[in-house]
Amino acid sequence: MEYAADEVRKGMGKRTRSILKKCAIYTLLVIGGVTMILPFLWMLSTSLKSYASVFIFNITEVKWLPDPIYWKNYIDVWKVVPFARFYLNSIFVVVCVTFGQVITSASAAYAFARLRFPGRDKIFFAYLATMMIPGSVTMIPVFALMRSFGWIDTYKALIIPAIFSAYGTFLLRQFFMTIPRDLEDAAKIDGCSLWGIFWRVIMPLSHTALATLTIFVSLGNWVSFMWPLLVTNSIEKRTLPVGLAYFQELYQYAQPDWGLLMAGSLITMVPVIIVFLFNQRFFVEGIKLTGMKG
Amino acid sequence: MDIKGSEKEAIAGYLFLLPNLIGFLIFTLVPVALSLVLSFVRWDMLSPAKFIGIKNFIDLLGFHTESGIFTANDPLFWKCVGNTLFLMLIIPVEIMASLALALIMNQKVRLINFFRAVFFLPTITNGVAICLLWAWIYNYDFGLVNNMIIGAGDLLSLPLKRIPWLTSVAWAKPSLMLMGLWIMLGGYNMILFMAALQGVPRELYEAADMDGASSWNKFWNITWPMISPTTFFVFVMAVIGGFQGGFMQAYIMTGGGPDRSTTTLEYLIYNHLYSWQHVGYAAAIAWFVFVIVFTATVFNWRFGGKLVQYSHY
Repeated sequence: MEYAADEVRKGMGKRTRSILKKCAIYTLLVIGGVTMILPFLWMLSTSLKSYASVFIFNITEVKWLPDPIYWKNYIDVWKVVPFARFYLNSIFVVVCVTFGQVITSASAAYAFARLRFPGRDKIFFAYLATMMIPGSVTMIPVFALMRSFGWIDTYKALIIPAIFSAYGTFLLRQFFMTIPRDLEDAAKIDGCSLWGIFWRVIMPLSHTALATLTIFVSLGNWVSFMWPLLVTNSIEKRTLPVGLAYFQELYQYAQPDWGLLMAGSLITMVPVIIVFLFNQRFFVEGIKLTGMKG
Repeated sequence: MDIKGSEKEAIAGYLFLLPNLIGFLIFTLVPVALSLVLSFVRWDMLSPAKFIGIKNFIDLLGFHTESGIFTANDPLFWKCVGNTLFLMLIIPVEIMASLALALIMNQKVRLINFFRAVFFLPTITNGVAICLLWAWIYNYDFGLVNNMIIGAGDLLSLPLKRIPWLTSVAWAKPSLMLMGLWIMLGGYNMILFMAALQGVPRELYEAADMDGASSWNKFWNITWPMISPTTFFVFVMAVIGGFQGGFMQAYIMTGGGPDRSTTTLEYLIYNHLYSWQHVGYAAAIAWFVFVIVFTATVFNWRFGGKLVQYSHY
């Protein structure tokens, strides 16, 4: 009897403990989550306030709910600066760079992973060696090159240097190495050319790695800031991040129109969030892939 | 026949490689060499470049005596080295926070995709938007944080004052570090830690449970050693990134100030290259950063295997 009661108490203790643990975990997660979300909510709240109300409300208290809701910022932001132009520039540059980088990296990676030719390993070592060189070391002469080519303030300067990446080649080469050779041999026996093997065997088998690279390259270029800042001068050539920075600089000597700025900032976030929500798996897998190989 | 086949393969190999290789040569390999040359010249991109030997490096790293006192030739450079190192002090905190979050997220949490998305949000957001948002939050007169402080002061009738988050030398760096922590918490590192935690064999925990080990003991004796390769990798990458960081926040939020207190090496390179047209000097700083990054990488190769526990699973 005593023994049984003891068992029950012990069992209860265990259950209570696990419930307490669950509570603690969710409390921490909710506190953390709120900390992450709150600044973004403040961004949204500010973006729905007029210039005057941002300041009037703020002098005395923190007003989270805009009253009245001022939608006009989301209309004005397209007129105050050529936001649509920034958007189109960014989309154009990201699409070109991503397409160019994935194709050239994949074809080079196939050569490194599967084909034998003199000097292959030396060239691959050169690729690897440059990966640990800081971006600014190459950025300086490439910037000077752009000037001497007369490419400053053109799409060429935004797109072409960004296409070629040792990193993308390395990532895909590592992945191609893991593909079993049997399938290629079968294709070879069927009289498939090397191009055919690359295009119809290797590429379809690598869709996870290709999707990962596509996501990383497009995200990286969507948020790229320093290079577009260096090589563009005119408003018409700015990408979204540089355009947003330029937008802020308009207010250099006054308190900025934070409502407009926050509306503009939110608009730049929307496409990436949508892409992320539909491809979360690729983000997670991609990070693991790159991190483990490190 | 066989020789012909291998020749054909070699030609195909070069053809497959060619598009990427041309770009690699023009935009990476040749620029590395050019950059080294540039670090030995004085050039403003307008007049012809002038070879000046190692003068850039003497100006950068050297010291001279000024009325008996050792003075750096370029105090601004050393200040930026200090700023960069100071801003990197948040790295261990960021890593520990990411690990703690990964430990929590690994406890069979419901809505895990939702929480992961929430914590990942700053990582996928355009950095300029983040910097603008935090510049607004840290705003002295109208910002969220200062208004909350004043609000709390009124409520508790305490004489709380506004804090010059981004406009005082004392607060600017900690403010940027706090923002960095918020950005990094649930980013790449957290996801790497989650993967590493899932890779720790269950049997080890089961064996420890049999011996009645506490959670604390299990963490220090099983989890921590087993995930040490990931911790080490994340730390080295953060250090490498840290030496090359801080440009965007300085450009958008502080202009590198106040009194140059948030100017990092990367921002200094930008200033020399773009604002002051000291191309050669900018290249010299970039090579200085390279030497540090290279040292960190070699340290990683050389000692990584000894400092951490590599699992045999």
